[in-house]
Amino acid sequence: MERGWGEARKQKKIKEIMRSNQNTLFQGDQVREAFSQSFIKLNPRLLFRNPVMFTVEIGAAVMLIVTIFSLFNKGQGSFGYNLTIFIILFLTVQFATFAEAIAEARGKAQAESLRKTREETPARLLVNGKEQMVMSSQLKKGDVFICETGDNIPTDGEIIEGIATIDESAITGESAPVIRESGGDKSSVTGGTKVLSDRIKVMVTTQPGESFLDKMIALVEGASRQKTPNEIALTILLAGFTLIFVIVCVTLKPFADYANTPITIAAFISLFVCLIPTTIGGLLSAIGIAGMDRALRANVITKSGKAVETAGDLDTLLLDKTGTITIGNRKATNFYPTEGISEEDFVTACVLSSLADETPEGKSIVELGEQGKTKVSVKVPEGSAFIKFTAETRSSGLDTPGGLRIRKGAFDSIRNISIKAGNTFPADVEENVKVIASNGGTPLVVSQNEKILGVIELQDIIKPGIAERFERLRKMGVKTVMVTGDNPLTAKFIANKAGVDDFIAEAKPEDKMNYIKKEQQGGKLVAMMGDGTNDAPALAQADVGVAMNSGTQAAKEAGNMVDLDNDPTKLIEIVEIGKQLLMTRGTLTTFSIANDVAKYFAIVPALFMVSIPALRALNIMDLHSPQSAILSAVIFNAIIIPMLIPLALKGVEYKPIGASALLRRNLLIYGLGGILIPFIGIKLIDLVVGILI
Amino acid sequence: MNTEYVGIIFIYLATVALAIPLGKYIAKVFKGEKTWLDFMAPLERLIFKFSGIDPNKEMNWKQHLKALLTVNFIWLVYTFFCLLFQGKLPLNPDHNPSQTPDLAFNTALSFVTNTNLQDYSGESLATYYTQLFVLMFLHFVSAATGIAAMMVVFKAMKDKITDKLGNFWDYLVKSITRLLLPLSFVVAVILAFNGTPTSYKGKDTVIGLQGDTVHVSRGPAAAMIAIKQTGTNGGGWFGTNSAHPFENPNYVTNIVENISILLISIALVFALGYYLNKKKLAWVIFGVMTVGFLLMVFPSVTAEVGGNPAIAHMGISQPGGSMEGKEVRFGPAASAYWGITTTVTSNGSVNAMHDSMMPISGMAQMFDMMINSFYGGVGVGYLNFYIFIIIAVFISGLMVGRTPEFMGRKIEAREMKIASLIALLHPFIILVGTSLATYVLVHFPNVGWATKPSAWLNNPTYHGFTEMLYQFASSAANNGSGYAGLTANNIFWNVSTGLVIFVGRFFPIIGPVAIAGILANKKFIPESAGTLKTDTATFGIMIFAVIFIVAALSFFPALTLGPIAEHFSIK
Repeated sequence: MERGWGEARKQKKIKEIMRSNQNTLFQGDQVREAFSQSFIKLNPRLLFRNPVMFTVEIGAAVMLIVTIFSLFNKGQGSFGYNLTIFIILFLTVQFATFAEAIAEARGKAQAESLRKTREETPARLLVNGKEQMVMSSQLKKGDVFICETGDNIPTDGEIIEGIATIDESAITGESAPVIRESGGDKSSVTGGTKVLSDRIKVMVTTQPGESFLDKMIALVEGASRQKTPNEIALTILLAGFTLIFVIVCVTLKPFADYANTPITIAAFISLFVCLIPTTIGGLLSAIGIAGMDRALRANVITKSGKAVETAGDLDTLLLDKTGTITIGNRKATNFYPTEGISEEDFVTACVLSSLADETPEGKSIVELGEQGKTKVSVKVPEGSAFIKFTAETRSSGLDTPGGLRIRKGAFDSIRNISIKAGNTFPADVEENVKVIASNGGTPLVVSQNEKILGVIELQDIIKPGIAERFERLRKMGVKTVMVTGDNPLTAKFIANKAGVDDFIAEAKPEDKMNYIKKEQQGGKLVAMMGDGTNDAPALAQADVGVAMNSGTQAAKEAGNMVDLDNDPTKLIEIVEIGKQLLMTRGTLTTFSIANDVAKYFAIVPALFMVSIPALRALNIMDLHSPQSAILSAVIFNAIIIPMLIPLALKGVEYKPIGASALLRRNLLIYGLGGILIPFIGIKLIDLVVGILI
Repeated sequence: MNTEYVGIIFIYLATVALAIPLGKYIAKVFKGEKTWLDFMAPLERLIFKFSGIDPNKEMNWKQHLKALLTVNFIWLVYTFFCLLFQGKLPLNPDHNPSQTPDLAFNTALSFVTNTNLQDYSGESLATYYTQLFVLMFLHFVSAATGIAAMMVVFKAMKDKITDKLGNFWDYLVKSITRLLLPLSFVVAVILAFNGTPTSYKGKDTVIGLQGDTVHVSRGPAAAMIAIKQTGTNGGGWFGTNSAHPFENPNYVTNIVENISILLISIALVFALGYYLNKKKLAWVIFGVMTVGFLLMVFPSVTAEVGGNPAIAHMGISQPGGSMEGKEVRFGPAASAYWGITTTVTSNGSVNAMHDSMMPISGMAQMFDMMINSFYGGVGVGYLNFYIFIIIAVFISGLMVGRTPEFMGRKIEAREMKIASLIALLHPFIILVGTSLATYVLVHFPNVGWATKPSAWLNNPTYHGFTEMLYQFASSAANNGSGYAGLTANNIFWNVSTGLVIFVGRFFPIIGPVAIAGILANKKFIPESAGTLKTDTATFGIMIFAVIFIVAALSFFPALTLGPIAEHFSIK
């Protein structure tokens, strides 16, 4: 037990180190690729999708013409000055396309590293019952192949025959092998993983090039990337701001004519480019891609960008109790013999009855009996008959050749056996049963030859740290719901202990579905995690359905995310990734617009102070000259984009401190900061530019 | 403390003190609860019976807009023709002439839209008939139109409402019978007892102290002045508006009128709180509006009380502050305060000449109209504010990592499209209008129009620019005040501002009603712990920042060339 957890932690640590290595923001080859991509993305037809940067590109094009014109005519300022403005505007667009390209490159690299695990491997294809060696890329949907000990699984599929232990560390990073078998909910295998033992027949479930990973890569590459509803709404707002500044700049021309103030085209375009929200406009698509990329880094494959966004809005999470909230299954925690029975006798009987019992509960009784304070060590006598648990008897047990009939089972079924035989049910056992049940445990009453010996307490072990995670979710405004097959009393106890907000007890598959529908009718967004085929309808119904990679193909098709780690608590990370995505957009929009205040104080006095000396009073930054002021503002406007790329890629940190407090915090950092930083930045740039010109 | 300051502080506090109970009353009226004015019910029933309207028929937002636009169009046509033929219509004891078509066009649009940009003087270019049965009628119905549109949005903000948004006619009629009419009655009585004329007789002839004969215009003015203030109309009986000793005879009437200017606009904000049972939200909105309002009042009052620096440079002391264009009975503080109240509310009545005020005051007044939602006109002020709320909700929703939602409905692309367009429209019409005027002025100063562009402005340079900018800001905001230095009764100004008035009125009504209607039809999401609360001070700051930054960014260059340049030049 202890060892197991230590091991898991160690594995986790290794994984974290692996991830942090990948997290180095700029890797040489990615930067090179992004750099060349950033030129391709300058194509106006591609850039058109981004109205803000598209207008900057037009501005740059106009400046190019003005620059050439200024070679022959001095009316629009010197050639050098115009050229400088042109170069800066060009760089502004280039920085934006680079931001998008680097986000893509990172996402692709991440996806590629996963794809590498599934390079061409030989596959043993079954054709009319005969084996045939083909390459994995030739496998089509519906083909059946065989894998044996030591084989790499060539592609995603579903086991149709056999059971095997499989090393999935290439995908999940977990070194502990997992068991996959036909039928049931653990029948799915992933390409690139390795069979460690046994032999399985697998049916291919995806066409080549259509696996989730392929889809994800296509999504990141932009070929099939669609703007999410929220991204569209923001783009509209930004286009609105851009239009306002088109109006401001165009109407300024007749105003300036009235005031007898000539304004150069370079100054007009600089003012315009500085005012439109280029910072967010330049980083918007990078932020979206980075969101999917972060999901991938958490080993979650998303089928659409929208799913990530929706995750940030989730109101309700449906979590399975077993494996998510509690560790595996119930475990025996205590033996309570009745009066007159020695503890040793009782434990011995318990262990005897459980030795042949393969259920996790049975195993845990043996474990506690052999390793607990009584330390019994018995063997099942030759010729004993094991009585299996049935729903009818609700008990199991052992009949030895020596005439011992040991039974353990639910309180009322064992009591019936005992009373039928004319025995009384001891009051102290009944008392213990009540205490155990009210503590959320499951009492197992044990009888020998129809006489009650005592009661075993089975308890769920709640995962350490899970309560804190739920608390964090609660602060995010997400309600957690535990789904369990337990009776309502036990469910309630565990729910309270783990700190979940609600529970579905004695849950049948359709209960999940109904609960999701009910929540959705109340306007809530619901997420659930599932692996079984019977989870598929609920996964499809949920707003965010996360299928475990180990789950059935049906489950994976139904959900909109696939978790490669099969980690049920992953939903929490997914919610945070979704929130980070929206927050990064919001904060950078605020920052971008707040920047305009300082840019106005740089450019507006520069435009007018020669012809209207009184307006020198507006030059509160005391910038060197009108030209240096304009240059400093556009330079600041350009370099802020690459400076914020790391933030766009990493995302703004989410803190579960409540919506209002978070708004306050982000307003202070990005709103107030957005007003102040450019004042400092532009002044500093002006100090340098002032020396140069 | 200076009694002038005490005066304006008293006016403001009295306004708020009256607005809170009035807000509660308005909410009751529209919730259909019992009020002491229920004796008006038979009159309302009569009106509905006469018009064949079922006031209980629920309308969706499209039906509301259809009703609103149709009835406004009918009023527009009626007004246009009455003005065009007023010389031949009855009740014209002074034998005033009919209006020219372009003036009638401008006046009709201006009064239907609650603007009252008066390019004419009531004494000479309106008759008692048009003043009473056309213009004053519009004072009531245009204000009621704004309140009715606002009620649609209020109703749409309710929980779990879908497309049953009440009846437009019911809102319209009740706004008049339960609110505007009773309130105007009280104000009119006070004014009449203080000397405002209430007579159907024509001009009076008086022999002045110097012995010359003066013809003094009169008329049933008190009633019109009352509704002009309470309905944030601003169109007065006489040309000089509330600076005229008949419209605003003394400091008491000044207090009453100035309270009336702000009263309903503020009351409606509180009405929102009582109507939706979201009092905290109402206080946040009121707080944001008040901060914006006070930020304009302080510099303006300080500048006017401080006097004109250009005169100070000549070594002349101004113990009474800057008195050019002001009435001695009001003084600089009350005039500056009025100037801000009338511009924040889209009222537009004046008790002093705005053209003569300090550049800082001029800038504050224009900024009020450029924002047009710090209290704002009755009903429409909140509609403008609503657009800013939507934008603020959107950005701040993103900032806390949640798809933005307001009142339990998600804000998505369609709503943002409308909100962006409406937010964009206001700077668009002001800046494009002004740039058109400056363009014509610079390039065709002596074109052969009846009034040559070179004769438009009384003042050269910055102040002249401000006169034009002010005129368009006032038109777009449906305010109606103007810089008297601008010669505006000619085809260019009548037509261009007429169009700006039209666009500036109806689109900012259509937009918010459409957004509210669309949102109401969406799935209602109950508030959860992750919902960003909109009734907090933090969110208030956010709205304020959005309003201020959008307005400041749109208008800063224009303001620089007008009042800012003027301010620094005379300093």
